[in-house]
Amino acid sequence: MPGVEGFMYPNEVALNWSVLIVLYPYITGLVAGAFILASLERVFRVEAVKPTYRLALLTALAFLLVAPLPLQLHLGHPERSYEMYLTPHRSSAMAMFGFVYLWYLMAVLVVEIWLDYRADIVLMSQSASGWKRWMYRAMTLGSSNVSPRALAIDERVGWVVTLVGIPSAFLLHGYVGFIFGSIKANPWWSSPMMPVVFLFSAMVSGIAAVMLLYMLTARLRRQPIDMRCVDTVARYLLYIFIIDFSLEMLDLVHRIYEADESFRSLDFMVHSKLYFSQIVLQILVGTLAPILMLALIQVTKFSAMARKRLYVVSGCLTLIGILAMRWNVVIGGQLFSKSFLGYTTYKMALVSREGLLVSIALMILPLAILGVLVKVLPPWPDKHQGSIPAATPAH
Amino acid sequence: MSPFKDAGHLFRLAAIFLAGVLAFVVIRSFIVPRSFGQYGHYRGNAIAEIAARPIRFAGHQTCETCHIDVLEKKKSGKHAQVNCEACHGALARHADDPSFDPGKPDTAVLCVRCHAASAAKPKGFPQVEAAEHSGGLACQTCHQPHNPVFNAGAAQ
Amino acid sequence: MKITRRQLLILLPAAAAAWESVLAGTPETSPNYKMTDHWWGMLIDIPKCIGCGNCVRACQAENDVPDGFFRTWVERYHVTDWKLANPDVISPDGAKEGFPAATQDEGKYFFVPKLCNQCADSPCVQVCPVGATFVTPDGVVLVDATYCLGCAYCVQACPYGCRYIHPQKRVADKCTLCYHRITKGLTTACCEACPTGARQLVDLKNPKDPIHEFLKTHSVQVLKPQLATGAKVFYNELDGSVR
Repeated sequence: MPGVEGFMYPNEVALNWSVLIVLYPYITGLVAGAFILASLERVFRVEAVKPTYRLALLTALAFLLVAPLPLQLHLGHPERSYEMYLTPHRSSAMAMFGFVYLWYLMAVLVVEIWLDYRADIVLMSQSASGWKRWMYRAMTLGSSNVSPRALAIDERVGWVVTLVGIPSAFLLHGYVGFIFGSIKANPWWSSPMMPVVFLFSAMVSGIAAVMLLYMLTARLRRQPIDMRCVDTVARYLLYIFIIDFSLEMLDLVHRIYEADESFRSLDFMVHSKLYFSQIVLQILVGTLAPILMLALIQVTKFSAMARKRLYVVSGCLTLIGILAMRWNVVIGGQLFSKSFLGYTTYKMALVSREGLLVSIALMILPLAILGVLVKVLPPWPDKHQGSIPAATPAH
Repeated sequence: MSPFKDAGHLFRLAAIFLAGVLAFVVIRSFIVPRSFGQYGHYRGNAIAEIAARPIRFAGHQTCETCHIDVLEKKKSGKHAQVNCEACHGALARHADDPSFDPGKPDTAVLCVRCHAASAAKPKGFPQVEAAEHSGGLACQTCHQPHNPVFNAGAAQ
Repeated sequence: MKITRRQLLILLPAAAAAWESVLAGTPETSPNYKMTDHWWGMLIDIPKCIGCGNCVRACQAENDVPDGFFRTWVERYHVTDWKLANPDVISPDGAKEGFPAATQDEGKYFFVPKLCNQCADSPCVQVCPVGATFVTPDGVVLVDATYCLGCAYCVQACPYGCRYIHPQKRVADKCTLCYHRITKGLTTACCEACPTGARQLVDLKNPKDPIHEFLKTHSVQVLKPQLATGAKVFYNELDGSVR
């Protein structure tokens, strides 16, 4: 059989979960990570990262809106996906998706963004013209109360929403890890570590993404980059990256040590079919290189220019590395036979519904949406006429 | 001053959410299939739908209702436990409408499926190297398939 | 002795009536079949399987199984000496056309027919997000093709590789234990077609079913018992090398 080495159960030869299922955890990971960065400022009062606060929220929203698309494109019957809302099977982690997604989108992200921007929205509903005026008026929900007391209430409620948002973000992405981690049939996936590893790598990717977007948008707006902010973001990136890497290494060492019945098959797979994506892209280029760069910055004095360059490089490598990690989990988990006697090949299509072009489009779309969001809800205090800075803490 | 005076916008938001939840509950009661949950977390009617699929193999008891003579011949031979449709293929159509003639299987192709010699088959199982066994003759030249003991000139 | 025309004229209506009564039975409407009276499984007798592939062909004919996918298939194992972890296994096109002849070699050969194990604690049912796959009250795992989303989570969760996504219908599909037959008193297509009796349908709730005696006197295993799926396909003399 073409593409098959050794023996595979006859139904296993074709992969069922394509690159779209690689993208889905990647996208929700970026959402969770961006939100955690935003919560650093709001809940943990890390004031240095304030300039990224609103941008992080909008980034999370842009990616969250795109998140269901790869799933819909993958389903055999997307027109039936509403069934997950009607008759969710409570024993299935996947059934959680609809509700967790809706909760996180509506009750956390949209509410938090609305509360934080409300004063600006009210102002813009009064100062804007044409159809934009109606858009902002709709967003005010008919209330123009921006008295100090109302804003103080917003701040308090927003704080609670962010607080609730942290475990919600963990749930939004953690359950994806559980979807894989709870499959006893697949030893590459089955592990209690899976949700934790997914979550930490999500935080890494989200923080890296916001860091890059902040630097990019500052450059586009010809504004100076707040180095104290970026240095702090990069420091948190490094800490979480070290935890993430340690978790992944623990899983690896445990596997090698116990060497159960699946080990020989998986080991061979990692050294052959997954060599480039796992050893080279994920570990060397995507994890060790950025960690070393970021750690170097902590122990050596670099100029701001040098630091910016290192942040850009390490940020990009991180995003590539985390994408590779998702690939290795999803695709890797389907390349070997559950008989542990063979391997198949993943032939990614170019033009089809689940192909490469669609995947590229799905990764560009959130950036386009973000471009629209920063126009409608500017995260920066100086650009837009009549806008005021983000609501500051009440004390 | 009422504590809710400056929270009007929050109440509007809450009202929208509540309306959404209510709408969901109402719509749901119309869309969920009636038989869902009848036996478990699935559409109860699915069981009957699956059970109503068309049958293609009639089953040897049905064949034996009419073809008693074949049954008699088979009962005492080595193929006693081989069901009719194992060789003759799916015959429900013929059972539905006996005037439909399904045709006889070609022994040149059929018999070797089981009896071609292979080191993989159980040692006690009758197997032959077809070419050297019959020198190219069709199997029914010497073997009556319903009772396959060797009988030179068995073909009818 | 050929059947005479007169005998045929008598037999035909009787046969037709019998056939009709077989077709008439449905689980709910038929007074004959009560789901809770049955708990279905299968017994596969490894020493009897000759790898002819009749079962694969019969299943495909009975159930319109699409090309390239299999509701049942047969594997051929070649085990050399004590190396149980390294068997040579083949299943050419699921054994639809049987197997090529094996050349005499060291070690032993045997055939292992496989199908959905109709797990009582089915991991595939556990992960379905909407309730499109389920275990019936009589122990058969089925897929509701009008409700299934085609997400393929169940395909990933099955340890035995018995599920697939139907290429045209785009929903999950798998062996139904010929539910439409067994609820009418027939046996499964694969059991009907098996020439050696290597495959037998069993009703574990029926005290008269021969499986109960068989289990007392034979060494019987299920596939991947360490996964505790509650598999109900029992294999007689399953070798330790079988995956």
